[in-house]
Amino acid sequence: MEPANRAFDGHTVAVPGGRMLEAPGRPALVRSAAVLLLKALNVAALLLLVLIFAMPFVWMLSTSLKTLPETMIFPPEWIPRNPVWSNYASAWQTGPFLHYITNSAVISVSILLLQMLTIIPAAYAFARYRFVGSGFLFSLVMVTLMIPTQLIFLPVYLELSAFKLLNTHLGLILPFASSAFGIFLLRQAFRQIPEELVEASRLDQAKEWKIIIRIMVPMVKPVLVTFALFSFIAHWNDYFWPLVMTTNETARTLPIGIAKIREVEGGGTWNILMAGNVILVAPILAAFFLAQKHIIKAFVYNGVK
Amino acid sequence: MAQIELIGICKKYKEETVIQDLNLTIRDGSFTVLVGPSGCGKSTTLRMVAGLERQSAGDILIDGQRVNDTPPGLRDVAMVFQNYALYPTMTVRGNIEFGLKNRGVSRKERERLISDISEIVGLGPYLDKKPQNLSGGQRQRVALARAMVKQPKVFILDEPLSNLDAKLRNQMRTELIQLHERLGTTFVYVTHDQVEAMSMGDEIVVMNEGAVQQADSPMKLYEQPANLFTAQFIGTPAMNIMKVGDIKGLRVLPESGAYHVGFRPEHAQINPDTPVEGLVLEGDILTRESLGAEHIYQIRSKAGAFFVKTFLKPLVTAERVRIAVPHGHLYYFSLTGSRMQTAGAANEETSSRQLIAGGV
Ligand SMILES: Nc1ncnc2c1ncn2[C@@H]1O[C@H](COP(=O)(O)OP(=O)(O)O)[C@@H](O)[C@H]1O
Ligand SMILES: [Mg+2]
Repeated sequence: MEPANRAFDGHTVAVPGGRMLEAPGRPALVRSAAVLLLKALNVAALLLLVLIFAMPFVWMLSTSLKTLPETMIFPPEWIPRNPVWSNYASAWQTGPFLHYITNSAVISVSILLLQMLTIIPAAYAFARYRFVGSGFLFSLVMVTLMIPTQLIFLPVYLELSAFKLLNTHLGLILPFASSAFGIFLLRQAFRQIPEELVEASRLDQAKEWKIIIRIMVPMVKPVLVTFALFSFIAHWNDYFWPLVMTTNETARTLPIGIAKIREVEGGGTWNILMAGNVILVAPILAAFFLAQKHIIKAFVYNGVK
Repeated sequence: MAQIELIGICKKYKEETVIQDLNLTIRDGSFTVLVGPSGCGKSTTLRMVAGLERQSAGDILIDGQRVNDTPPGLRDVAMVFQNYALYPTMTVRGNIEFGLKNRGVSRKERERLISDISEIVGLGPYLDKKPQNLSGGQRQRVALARAMVKQPKVFILDEPLSNLDAKLRNQMRTELIQLHERLGTTFVYVTHDQVEAMSMGDEIVVMNEGAVQQADSPMKLYEQPANLFTAQFIGTPAMNIMKVGDIKGLRVLPESGAYHVGFRPEHAQINPDTPVEGLVLEGDILTRESLGAEHIYQIRSKAGAFFVKTFLKPLVTAERVRIAVPHGHLYYFSLTGSRMQTAGAANEETSSRQLIAGGV
């Protein structure tokens, strides 16, 4: 090849002095290799994270299908040789599980609906209006965020008892009828919505409630769905509150039922206990998969383009 | 169809006065453009007409009715916002339909109106798309359709074209003018661009610092500016303004009180063949800007730098030139900036100008 042509082969250029110059392609190549490496590292780190988070779940699932001796084997085996499906039946039979599940569902869904009813108007008002005491009221809401349940359960217990609400669904629902966290989260989301949209709907003769329901709420749907999920999980899994506020089976929920497996089956029956736990978390996992798209949106949510 | 009257309008935000004693009548069926520099209170004025903002004092009348206490939805005013303000979670159809639903228009009637409107603005194929999947021009059309479908008495448009690229902007300008002709409704249009104002409006309201400087037709505004501000705001390049005292040979009757003299770049003649009665300057050409049919020169004289614009003339290559502006094209302003005469017939005007500059 002629030296003159070699200049166009994209890699090296022969210079009369005999030195070789790097063609512009070279640094770009190096850079793209670095990018690739970084990507690989990123993926590896994410995989590690997934592993860390998924392991307990997999372990729970695997244990729930083992025989009791198998749960004790060391080193542990991840896949049981003969899956023991009857563990689930045993767990189910330790107590009135259908009753527990119904209670759990009624209570967590009622809480969710009530919260939606209260936090949406509250957050909207805090986000869009300045009224006498609005700043003070909002800081009051924020303060309740910082008070742990364990601090107020005693006065609430006495209150519920005075209203004869112990051992009732209502007693487990009402204390959570609103959520400071929800109000805060939703207020931030409402504030991101441009004022012109509200003005445009005013000119469109929309009433205030219609603006909320038809314009504002649909725009914060990802945030709302995410909050709903958090709320549902928290109350579905809640052990402390139902335990403290109930003295009999009438209103008791699934987490209490699961804990009772230990009493019925004895402390070491991990396989039965894990089967109970799988029953407990199954609806939550299902909800997560259903709402996944919205949750991701809520976290990358940065206003309306 | 409606005339809008603003009577003694003031607007204060906390302590800051944004609009001071604004009096303005917007003619029924006119295409009125509010124009002025950014922050002069154009949007605030519009928003008070629409009812989105309440005036601190004064009355607003639409169609002879006092609307001070009428909520925005009931004023029969439709607004097009600068960034469109389309409802992002609704389809194009939903956006157009929302206002109709709120007014209780029957389903059948809604369908008819929507298909009519989408025909007019050319949105037919996009009715079921979400706004974020549309281009800027299409969003603009949706905003227009949403406003038009309500068949309002008054259209209010707040810088509706400023988010579009230059080519689309020109196209939409024409379409808006045609739309106005077709509907015959009162249009109130806000822009900070004087070219847009001149090309679209049949009535232009020049505003500055919360006050109306002049409200007139485009030609009146160009030919008879009421004050220094309007004179310099309208026209590209702006009117050249010089101190009367700085110009040799231009003698003005001392009692006239003229302090500034102005002339439009397009009225100045470069190296005129015949002697011109009026203002004569000598200067060096600093820059030449050629747009093909027209040339713009920046010239420095003893009285200051100024612009000259020529049409369909060969480019002047000389360094030093003589500039002349005939009396008829000179404007005189007092120390406070107001123009020396009120409007009059053209020949009367010319003679009175000569009167001021008498003795030359
Ligand atoms: N909500 C508000 N609070 C305080 N000042 C405002 C508000 N809205 C507008 N202003 C002020 O009023 C003046 C006029 O604003 P605006 O009418 O938007 O101007 P324009 O539309 O002519 O650019 C500006 O100085 C602006 O800062
Ligand atoms: Mg504005």
